[in-house]
Amino acid sequence: MISQFFVLSQRGDNIVFRDYRGEVQKGSAEIFFRKVKFWKEDGQEEAPPVFLLQRIARVIKDYLGILNEDSLRKNFVLVYELLDEVIDFGYVQTTSTEMLKSYVFNEPIVIDAARLQSLGPASIFMQGGKRMPGTAVTKSVVATEPGGRTREEIFVDIIEKISITFSSSGYILTSEIDGTIQMKSYLTGNPEIRVALNDDLGIGKDGRPTYDYRSSSGSGAVILDDCNFHESVHLDSFDTDKTLSLVPPDGEFTVMNYRMTQEFTPPFRINTLIEEAGALKAEVIIKVRAEFSSSITANTIMVLMPLPKYTSRASFELEPGAVGQTMDFKEANKRLEWGLKKIVGGSEHTLRAKLTFSQESHGNITKESGPVSMTFTIPMYNASRLQVKYLQIAKKSGTYNPYRWVRYVTQANSYVARI
Amino acid sequence: MAPPAQSQRSPSPSQPSGKGEVSDLKSQLRQLAGSRAPGIDDSKRELFKKVISYMTVGIDVSSLFGEMVMCSATSDIVLKKMCYLYVGNYAKVNPDLALLTINFLQRDCKDEDPMIRGLALRSLCSLRVANLVEYLVGPLGSGLKDNNNYVRTVAVMGVLKLYHISASTCVDADFPAMLKHSMLNDSDAQVVANCLSALQEIWSSEASSSEEASREREALLSKPVVYYFLNRIKEFSEWAQCLVLELVGKYVPLETSEIFDIMNLLEDRLQHANGAVVLATIKVFLQLTLSMTDVHQQVYERIKAPLLTLVSSGSPEQSYAVLSHLHLLVMRAPYIFSSDYKHFYCQYNEPSYVKKLKLEMLTAVANESNTYEIVTELCEYAANVDIPIARESIRAVGKIALQQYDVNAIVDRLLQFLEMEKDYVTAEALVLVKDLLRKYPQWSQDCIAVVGNISSKNVQEPKAKAALIWMLGEYSQDMHDAPYILESLIDNWEEEHSAEVRLHLLTAVMKCFFKRPPETQKALGAALAAGLADFHQDVHDRALFYYRLLQYNVSVAQRVVDPPKQAVSVFADTQSSEIKDRIFDEFNSLSVVYQKPSYMFTDKEHRGPFEFSDELGNLSIGAESTDTVVPAQRVEANDKDLLLSVSEKEESGGPSNNGSAYSAPSYDGSSVSAAASSQMLSELAISTVTGHASQSSLAIDDLLGLGLPVAPAPAPSPPLLKLNSKAVLDPGTFQQKWRQLPISSSQEYSVSPRGVAALTAPQTLLRHMQGHSIHCIASGGQSPNYKFFFFAQKAEESSTFLVECIINTSSAKAQIKIKADDQSASEAFSTLFQSALSEFGLP
Repeated sequence: MISQFFVLSQRGDNIVFRDYRGEVQKGSAEIFFRKVKFWKEDGQEEAPPVFLLQRIARVIKDYLGILNEDSLRKNFVLVYELLDEVIDFGYVQTTSTEMLKSYVFNEPIVIDAARLQSLGPASIFMQGGKRMPGTAVTKSVVATEPGGRTREEIFVDIIEKISITFSSSGYILTSEIDGTIQMKSYLTGNPEIRVALNDDLGIGKDGRPTYDYRSSSGSGAVILDDCNFHESVHLDSFDTDKTLSLVPPDGEFTVMNYRMTQEFTPPFRINTLIEEAGALKAEVIIKVRAEFSSSITANTIMVLMPLPKYTSRASFELEPGAVGQTMDFKEANKRLEWGLKKIVGGSEHTLRAKLTFSQESHGNITKESGPVSMTFTIPMYNASRLQVKYLQIAKKSGTYNPYRWVRYVTQANSYVARI
Repeated sequence: MAPPAQSQRSPSPSQPSGKGEVSDLKSQLRQLAGSRAPGIDDSKRELFKKVISYMTVGIDVSSLFGEMVMCSATSDIVLKKMCYLYVGNYAKVNPDLALLTINFLQRDCKDEDPMIRGLALRSLCSLRVANLVEYLVGPLGSGLKDNNNYVRTVAVMGVLKLYHISASTCVDADFPAMLKHSMLNDSDAQVVANCLSALQEIWSSEASSSEEASREREALLSKPVVYYFLNRIKEFSEWAQCLVLELVGKYVPLETSEIFDIMNLLEDRLQHANGAVVLATIKVFLQLTLSMTDVHQQVYERIKAPLLTLVSSGSPEQSYAVLSHLHLLVMRAPYIFSSDYKHFYCQYNEPSYVKKLKLEMLTAVANESNTYEIVTELCEYAANVDIPIARESIRAVGKIALQQYDVNAIVDRLLQFLEMEKDYVTAEALVLVKDLLRKYPQWSQDCIAVVGNISSKNVQEPKAKAALIWMLGEYSQDMHDAPYILESLIDNWEEEHSAEVRLHLLTAVMKCFFKRPPETQKALGAALAAGLADFHQDVHDRALFYYRLLQYNVSVAQRVVDPPKQAVSVFADTQSSEIKDRIFDEFNSLSVVYQKPSYMFTDKEHRGPFEFSDELGNLSIGAESTDTVVPAQRVEANDKDLLLSVSEKEESGGPSNNGSAYSAPSYDGSSVSAAASSQMLSELAISTVTGHASQSSLAIDDLLGLGLPVAPAPAPSPPLLKLNSKAVLDPGTFQQKWRQLPISSSQEYSVSPRGVAALTAPQTLLRHMQGHSIHCIASGGQSPNYKFFFFAQKAEESSTFLVECIINTSSAKAQIKIKADDQSASEAFSTLFQSALSEFGLP
């Protein structure tokens, strides 16, 4: 049961405020704001998170295209309208963008997407994307295109986040892929869609296909530890031909979440070497090797390494001919930051950093620094090898051929190499 | 309910102040109301939007009610919706005007368009005006029978709204029975779901007065109803599914076979992408199988994977919520999760609240087979840049050591920590080694060798220092330097700010004395002398006690202070199992996230101090001023906690007071440390720890006739009324009293210019008033307005005075409201308060 719903700005004033049951004292928003704002940073507890909030945010985003303070302020009447339909007297009615469409009449005021960075997973396509129409992912489900008619298209995104920890000797200690298949449909008439995944896909520890008697890494099979599906997904033929059939609701939604701890080839290998060079000096060498095909390019790579607290200065030396790289030593948190615009598959990059210490290091510098962590985005690559083999849209008409965008993206979640 | 009346929030600079704009809008609306010009709807829309944006921001636009209603005669649905929103918001405060809207709402309820019918019905029911309920019955009745499902869903919720406005009207119109019929027969799942929630609410509140209602409430949990819902569950929206699952969770099956049927039916819900559905399903599974131990375990096995998937998909907030549930399950059945320990490894970029939970889970699942790997992993975190997490991980290593049988390897690791030479690592490790020695005295040789190498100068944290001193005392026969180290520590007695450390020093030097008298005698003498002169009451008392004991008989003293000890087998658990069970019963709710049963954060008495801060929060504007609020409350919370259970203290004590498990093994260790830390918090501004202590121990010291150097005595109060200088009152009681008592005196005084000047630091006023035995319970505000709440107690009886004091520095005026238990004394108190206030700022 929900008594009130409000959205506050960073300064704490109401952007949207809806009281459903009239049973809470006035000023609750203010109290909430104080609690959150002055919440201790010691990680004791967090403000209460609720699943529903995320869904409401998604619905609003579906309508407004972009969800941020500006768009909310401009469209607050529409948001009120949505909220009234989503929740009645504290009980959730529906969070399906599809259903809401028939009850909601305000037209969204679409704000200029280019100026603002949008929220949510869709934003990652903005940076990579020469291939993608930039506005597509942020357009509203109800607003009509300037041309007057909406474009028939459907987006399927396979987004994977890699968490991996390498030991100091380069072994993989733990690894996990958290993947999600996102869909955003702008198809009229909501036709049924069939999505076919890898034939050899298995789920669960016992779901391993029978022919796979070797270790899972050797064979081609993709074994997921677990997964869950959106409620519109029918799994009738999943066991036989690994096909999901669904009638996509309007708006953005998650078809499937999956988790995999099966071994996989990590996209990057990191090699770190620390050499002492006298009492107050040391040299750090970081090597990053891209272990994927040369047709793929990773972008916005950042390598971070905490250095000993008594580091006072660092000077850098790159390999000859390096472009688009930035190096920085952050004095405040004693951290080395190495940014690379892109890394082409198969290549190797090295950074040498000469450190100067303000005091003599006692014993082990390696213990005082690291681990090296890395963030990156690799478009059109996925480490799990899970694939959408085809995307079939069941609609009779011969001329009907909507755009289908199937995109893969791999990101680093926690990519750590100990030293 | 709050002492400060919730006045209109002061508008921030970005907002219009209201008044002028509202009257502007009023005239514009008037103009539009009668007009029938083309395009009028668009200009109306703009105006309506403005009105609603003012409403959102918190400006009172209720004066426009009449105009808004006049303008609402339109066919434009967007306009209608905005108007309904407005009407719903202000009808309650304008019941007479609300009558105006009834007409057009009733007309709209019969509109052709089901959308408009539904909308109008919803708005009609949302007016919340008691004398209009007669107009609701008719439209609701036809709404329930409407052929459009949207109208029916709205009507069902409308019935519930009606019930909350006037329960008797709702029951008399026989609506509950109609809802029941719809619930079991309607074709639309959302209508059915709404009926269920409405009936649950209605019958639960009727049950106390009507037997029939309580029978009906039982009937909702009967087999046919529950099965009816279960069979239709896939038709429901995901949120309605949660509702149904909650219902099923309360159902008690008669036979075991039913349990399996239900579980098989719900099995696929565990694969739902919505975490709420998955958690609700898990709750059903867990509740159903509580009595079947082995099936219950299978359920744990089954839900592991879906939970882990939920943890790793979604935002950090969401995954924290799920992780908290997983945490609860892990704590209940660690052995089931012991093979999944790798999932609880912390990731580099996780927020620290997630890491903290994971560390606790790692600690719990450690067993013989995985300890080595877990401890190896934890040791990596010890070098983490995130210092709190590094500390946590060292503690985790220690906890694992304490619960394991084979501690060999772990002890080595801990000792390595001591050699890492990071001060916080050393500090944590010292505390752990001390605990370890209490449990495994056989390790003393190895540990002492390493501990002996640590220079006491490198240990600064009181807890660690206390631990080190304890070891010095306990193992003084094996540590060559022990007497000399202790001696040097005693030489620095004056610089030692922590009373806890001084207490330990006293005990340690005693122990050392019994073992190596000739070497320690001098140090003991110095320690006792210093202790007797100590400002802190506990330190003073302990020194005196030891002194007299030694005077009486040295061997008795040895038996008291340093008896042979048995190894501690189990350290007290921090949270009682009863509380854990309560939390488990409230699975899939915030209780799990807060790690507290719901009564602790919903009941008034438990919420006391925190809620109070909320209300005061309205007064203070900057973060700076909340700083002044917080310490005062912390003290209260801590004081109260001394009386409460250990677990509670952990919750509120914060990082500085991290659990009794680590406090040094003095006999009154936990209370001493809590008291010490509470005082420290209270006296943040200046390090007047000792000054404060001396004030409170004054009475006793005088009794003993020890003639200590007395800190500034409280200014003599007028003879009329003597106040208790050590009065205590927790914020909850304060608030309760404030609500109950009438105002016995309300005045306005002038404040001296000096006082105004001194108010730039409100803390000074608090200290000043405390000197007059008037204590501040909370304060806030920013120039020029400051608000304070004081209380005072009569010296000989427990009669209290409560004061609200608002000081405006620009006008140099103070507004005082006094409430008193004893009305007759309020006059005298008022004089006292005024004289105390007038002295403020004088040199």
